Amino acid sequence: MSEEITYREAAGAAIHDAMAADPRVFIMGEDVGHYGGTYAVTKGLLETFGPERVRDTPLSESGFTGAGIGAAMGGMRPIVEIMTVNFSLLALDQIVNNAATLRHMSGGQFNVPVVIRMATGAGRQLAAQHSHSLENWYAHVPGLRVLAPATVQDVYSMLAPALEDPDPVILFEHVMLYNRKGTLDRSAAVDLRSAAIRREGRDITLISYGGSLWKTLEAAALLAEDGIEAEVVDLRVLRPLDADTFLSSVRKTRRAVIVDEGWRTGSLAAEISAQIMEEVFWELDAPVGRVCSAEVPIPYPRHLEEAALPQVPAIIAAARAALGKQGEPA
Amino acid sequence: MTAGKTEATHPRLTRAHCQHLLQQMIRIRRFEEKCAELYTQEKIRGFLHLYIGEEAIAVGVMDALEADDAVLATYREHGHALARGLPMNKVMAEMYGKRDGSSGGRGGSMHIFDAEKRFVGGNAIVGGGLPLAVGLALADRMQGRERVTTCFFGEGAAAEGEFHESMNLATLWKLPVLFVCENNFYAMGTRLDLSESETDIHAKAASYRMPSEAVDGMNIVEVEAAARRAVATVRAGDGPYFLECRTYRFRAHSMFDPQLYRSKDEVKEREKKGPIVRFQGWVLDAGILHQADIDAIEADVAQEIDAAVAFAEASEWEAIETLLDHVGAVP
Ligand SMILES: Cc1ncc(C[n+]2csc(CCOP(=O)(O)OP(=O)(O)O)c2C)c(N)n1
Repeated sequence: MSEEITYREAAGAAIHDAMAADPRVFIMGEDVGHYGGTYAVTKGLLETFGPERVRDTPLSESGFTGAGIGAAMGGMRPIVEIMTVNFSLLALDQIVNNAATLRHMSGGQFNVPVVIRMATGAGRQLAAQHSHSLENWYAHVPGLRVLAPATVQDVYSMLAPALEDPDPVILFEHVMLYNRKGTLDRSAAVDLRSAAIRREGRDITLISYGGSLWKTLEAAALLAEDGIEAEVVDLRVLRPLDADTFLSSVRKTRRAVIVDEGWRTGSLAAEISAQIMEEVFWELDAPVGRVCSAEVPIPYPRHLEEAALPQVPAIIAAARAALGKQGEPA
Repeated sequence: MTAGKTEATHPRLTRAHCQHLLQQMIRIRRFEEKCAELYTQEKIRGFLHLYIGEEAIAVGVMDALEADDAVLATYREHGHALARGLPMNKVMAEMYGKRDGSSGGRGGSMHIFDAEKRFVGGNAIVGGGLPLAVGLALADRMQGRERVTTCFFGEGAAAEGEFHESMNLATLWKLPVLFVCENNFYAMGTRLDLSESETDIHAKAASYRMPSEAVDGMNIVEVEAAARRAVATVRAGDGPYFLECRTYRFRAHSMFDPQLYRSKDEVKEREKKGPIVRFQGWVLDAGILHQADIDAIEADVAQEIDAAVAFAEASEWEAIETLLDHVGAVP
């Protein structure tokens, strides 16, 4: 049975259902309880599950993330909510130096089954300390699994397998997706390995994830009006990357553009581009294109923020350039 | 304490001084009420954290500082910027994100900066300003300058490691920092007693051997007197000082907050003891100021705000070609 709900509701329902299913699951983070969740994802959970399992934490990102890692080692299944990726930098040490390394350092004796959720991305005019997309920082780190659900179905269905994963999982929710509606089938299972083809096409492959996926699909629809059939790949899982899916798409279309809200230098887009060069260079008909954020801390005013981020016209232009078509469609 | 009871540490509540204090508080209050209105008109976007209810702290403390002292604040810093003497026009233009704003429009309401006034932001990472304050004070100390660095932050910051690391460093190195904790008893929706095992924030500073005290942050006279004493000891080279000002936020945390965590009655009760009603009532009762003086203040402030809105409206948007400016000294 499927239902139409928002991304916010789906994310909340996933937490609710996971907590109902397994008494080891609990959630902690800033304002997840009494405030009702910064993005209202956890609204109502405190009333349902009580303060033992819905724990408002002090402003102590390093402390409570580390505590989540410890609790996971101790047999619980914590969901740690960090308000946004920007504040996760205060917990980076615990995530990178503890969560990601403990299994290896201990020679496989310990593991960290924690799920760390955080909002990411720009678009709400929140300026340079609240708007960044640092997914690639985490995708760089061996020992972590990094998820970027872009759809209502994924944000609901990825949580349960993430909690079953014996190793740490970082889950990114783009802030511009929370109000987005979509179809959810609660009984559908999804995997945490593969990228998804969200639109089929033969002329060019557009690769994206998270908040940028919807801009990419919009661009693909506009390109189709101009007779260009773009295939759109939703990465879904940022680490480990499902290279097979995007490589076989590029083998088919022979052209690729990557759309990534991270800054261009050192971005995930750069990594994907490199993998395409390594694997399918001789089959390409054009250089791989990238549409990323401008190399600037995100500015506050609307027009500058928009100019800093990947946008539909830039995606279309990059696709057209890869197809050797200059300028505006006729 | 080295400072005696001089003019510097004990402000005289002359008519002119009372008028000044009241005017500054009313100025901040009306400015922010205007901002809330402009927010609903979508002239101001993003987050908007109002200081309404807490004005006595910025005004009282700022009065104790010299022009070359440094000031750091949080995302709830419009009041501090105005009290520090930033032109209201530039602050309003920043709220709009216009080119003539105090940060060229790049920062918005959470990131007001002014190098000339030594107003070092506008920091939206909770606790992020404290280590900076320690460093600014360290630079003063190492270069033989007798300046004071004042750092404002909420009680929520006291839970961060950066708070504790800063307390220790400042005391260990005897640095000239005045820490001002604006304890409004809620960090977003999390009540102080749900987030701190020790709810006396100034006791945390004391545990690092820093002189500290708690004052009624709703009483501007008390805040100013305490700030003057504190600044005098810091300036005298006695090391940092910690002032916890107990206050209350009358408005939502930001414009998105449905305030599920507190009752309307609780807010109403606190509003009755607000810093402006209290001080205004007192100066009127004591016959220091008269209703006509208050009316004159309100008229003055209204005019200044109208002018600031007109200035912000008339200011240009920054050109898109400048997007990559100000990332580094060399483009
Ligand atoms: C490191 C960090 N974590 C979380 C946030 C989100 N946040 C912004 S303000 C705030 C509450 C801060 O409360 P407090 O320090 O008491 O200051 P107040 O807002 O009450 O003035 C939170 C959780 C942030 N900006 N920075």
